[in-house]
Amino acid sequence: MIDVIINVTLLAFLAVTAVAIARMRDLFAITMLFGMFSFLSAGLFIVMDAVDVAFTEAAVGAGVSTTLMLATLALTKDHDEKTPVVHRPWYPLVIVILTGSALVYGTWDIPAFGSGAAPAHTHVAPEYLSRSIPDTGIQNVVTSVLASYRGFDTLGEVTVVFTAGIAVLILIGGRRRSGRQNPEEGESHDA
Amino acid sequence: MTHNLILRIISKILIPLIILFALYVQFHGDFGPGGGFQAGVILSAAIILYAMIFGLETAERVVPPSLLRVLASVGVLLYAGVGVVSIMMGGNYLDYSVLSADPVAGQHLGVLLVELRVGIAVFSVMLLIFFTFAGRARP
Repeated sequence: MIDVIINVTLLAFLAVTAVAIARMRDLFAITMLFGMFSFLSAGLFIVMDAVDVAFTEAAVGAGVSTTLMLATLALTKDHDEKTPVVHRPWYPLVIVILTGSALVYGTWDIPAFGSGAAPAHTHVAPEYLSRSIPDTGIQNVVTSVLASYRGFDTLGEVTVVFTAGIAVLILIGGRRRSGRQNPEEGESHDA
Repeated sequence: MTHNLILRIISKILIPLIILFALYVQFHGDFGPGGGFQAGVILSAAIILYAMIFGLETAERVVPPSLLRVLASVGVLLYAGVGVVSIMMGGNYLDYSVLSADPVAGQHLGVLLVELRVGIAVFSVMLLIFFTFAGRARP
């Protein structure tokens, strides 16, 4: 019962935050709301007992990415989103309602939350759960799956993070030095 | 921002605790939630907080970006290196059972090493991205 109340409250807050983000024009406030959105998602993950995911969502989604968006805002001059040209709302509204009902229709086939008969729990999950401690001696199965059984996947993920860092360095890492060497060029960029 | 006494004092108290928590998350991932990825992000968050309160130049003196570039590559390279070592010791790629005489101890060692490398790589990349973004705002 208490789970239902917490879920409904968190989901209602999520919806309110999403609508507020869509309606706001002030990018600073939107960035803050994105952080809130991530925290609320983290709360939902905790209710679903996915603490590792919640941990990551709180640290990356609410913490680091909010900081990075704020740093990006500090680089841009215009802190207000441009007011979009007003369209007639009927066409998008029909598309949204159709897509939404298709998604809701899709949820009818999803097994109940925590159901033991769900495909995710009948494939390799029981094997991981029963083998983790005899194989590796690690109590937290998430860690043993992530680092050992699927170590190659995790290597790929770390490479993705590394590539993202390299991409940022290539795109905007070297400009400061060239700006210092040619101050005139830097000024003409600002103008 | 640099003259804000309350923020400076509070963050001086908080930053060591955040770093300690990051280390706890790093090495306690076998038993509780967390692991290298989360620990790396938390550790970089501590330095980001430091940079926000005490200035980017001070933070870059504590953790130089040149060091971060090396650490990011070293993290990924050593992770892949664990796999190469396990091949050389007669197992499959990233099969930690051969790392030690006892397969369970080998798995434990392998997971610990791999999580550590994930932590190092994620910490350096996150901080590097932040330094790069924040550095561009400098006049």
